[in-house]
Amino acid sequence: MSDLKPAEKLIFEYSRPGRGATAQHPPAPTNAASDDLPAAFRRRTPPRLPEVSELDAVRHFTRLSQLNFAIDTHFYPLGSCTMKYNPKACNQYAMLPEFLARHPLAPATHGQGFLECMFELQEMLKEVTGMRAVSLNPMAGAHGEFAGVAMIRAYHAARGDHARNEIIVPEAAHGTNPATATMCGCIVKEIPVDAQGDVDLDALAKAVGPNTAGIMLTNPSTLGVFERKIREVAKLVHGVGGLLYYDGANLNAILGKVRPGDMGFDVIHMNLHKTFSTPHGGGGPGAGAVGVSARLEPFLPVPIVGRDAQGYRWLSERDRPQSIGRLSAFMGNAGVLLRAYIYMRMLGREGMGRVGEYATLNANYLLARLRAAGFDLAYPERRASHEFIVTVKRQAKEFNVTAMDFAKRLLDFGFHAPTTYFPLLVPECLLIEPTETESRETLDAFVEAMIAILGEAERDAAQVKGAPYTMPVRRLDDVRAAKQLDLAWKPVESPA
Amino acid sequence: MSQVPADLRYAKSHEWVRNLPDGSVEIGITDHAQHALGDLVFVELPEVGRALEAGAACAVVESVKAASDVYSPVSGTVLAVNEALAGTPELINQECYGRGWMMRVQPAAGSAAELLGADAYTAELAAIGG
Repeated sequence: MSDLKPAEKLIFEYSRPGRGATAQHPPAPTNAASDDLPAAFRRRTPPRLPEVSELDAVRHFTRLSQLNFAIDTHFYPLGSCTMKYNPKACNQYAMLPEFLARHPLAPATHGQGFLECMFELQEMLKEVTGMRAVSLNPMAGAHGEFAGVAMIRAYHAARGDHARNEIIVPEAAHGTNPATATMCGCIVKEIPVDAQGDVDLDALAKAVGPNTAGIMLTNPSTLGVFERKIREVAKLVHGVGGLLYYDGANLNAILGKVRPGDMGFDVIHMNLHKTFSTPHGGGGPGAGAVGVSARLEPFLPVPIVGRDAQGYRWLSERDRPQSIGRLSAFMGNAGVLLRAYIYMRMLGREGMGRVGEYATLNANYLLARLRAAGFDLAYPERRASHEFIVTVKRQAKEFNVTAMDFAKRLLDFGFHAPTTYFPLLVPECLLIEPTETESRETLDAFVEAMIAILGEAERDAAQVKGAPYTMPVRRLDDVRAAKQLDLAWKPVESPA
Repeated sequence: MSQVPADLRYAKSHEWVRNLPDGSVEIGITDHAQHALGDLVFVELPEVGRALEAGAACAVVESVKAASDVYSPVSGTVLAVNEALAGTPELINQECYGRGWMMRVQPAAGSAAELLGADAYTAELAAIGG
């Protein structure tokens, strides 16, 4: 790999002593803040910052931005991640100075407009998921999961039901669920799915008992199919006193059509950065709002926005003494919440349903065309939800061309790779999620690329295995990268 | 085809067990398992002296594709682990039945009774298309 030149140097490599861009300098610091720091904690040497001209800085960051493989430049069918287009209007309105300049410690009376937006966001999320109450506090999907399982534990503890420390996780659950349960001090019991991708009810019946705190599910599951036995699952788990956790990873498929609350779920986290279209995946922070049924409402993280005769106000620990507490200093990632709010307002109630319809239609269109082109589906008898799984196990055996080879070659055709090797129970898999925002022409172009790569695999496997050819770097040595970490740039000659 | 040595016994979860002359057993993962995982970059082994339960997770193998639990094929006590895997996990890819062994265990009486012979494990692999 060493013969390949880096696509763009680090900005430190452009640095020359004394160079700078005077016109861009910020006002000189007053030092007032740092004067309060004890001398022992103040740095003695100035930080090593790059010294470059304005032109060097502009060129460097423009070139970097051109290396980006992003939703604004490329189709991005990364399964389970819902890489849909992020409408510019959401950004535009969230950047209004009245929102941007708002101080989080300003009294509620001075921020009624912002609070109203957050209150309405809570209300819309309640309505679209069928839950009793919502908190916008968690700042990412995993954060929302943590809040959800922490509430389940708090609920059982409040009832003096201390033996419940087991969380059941089907193998078709979202990949992060076992980690969340473990993080919350629970023991994970994994149960299998049947050949059609539904939860194995016999295995579930054996797994539940007096120690069951709850089950973590996503529906549609990570296999890209709708869990048809969800009511039976809910009955079994509720029957032994456990609760149902809904991972919102795949909410896009059912938006405006089916509500987790109606399926019997007690707690849900919503990835606003997926379903409600805020930038993510290196493009921005997440937001993992949580919704709960009535029995979990007292445990919701605070603050929550409430409304009374005087207007909108923060509900704190005083209003919710049983709350699991605060998961962020103020109102989660407020700017992200605003973007999700604007997105929902632009869609409206009918638009929500169209999201689910077109996400599902696009996935099933891709599924049908790829099947016709000779690709094997992991669950050929099932209709896709918003995503589906292709397995290239046969091609791996016949031509030695793997899912990773397909993924790398797709980059040369101008497509971000689908999710590879996940879920773990399907060998050589590609998890493909087109989302509702792609046109038929884009979907067709993706299919043509897949067909072209399949043809290459049959005729000239080396061509596929050598990909990518058009990216800043060629195939990386994953093993060496994991074992010989190269984390910090060091200057060739250290400054005096 | 995956290698399945005739003199070993196997768990359905793709671990192998070798009987040693002193009554202890050596444990590792099968050729099918190492191939499915891909290039290994990290192996987490249990502490010596730890009590293992058959069917419960006893180690973790991490490859460039995924991290997976290794399930103990027998109940018993860990006598030794293969320290070489800490620096060279690829030994499992290269020689999963030899230098890529993972641990030696003193098995509890009768705890290895349900393991498969080489023929039964080969049939199991054929059934899953491996």
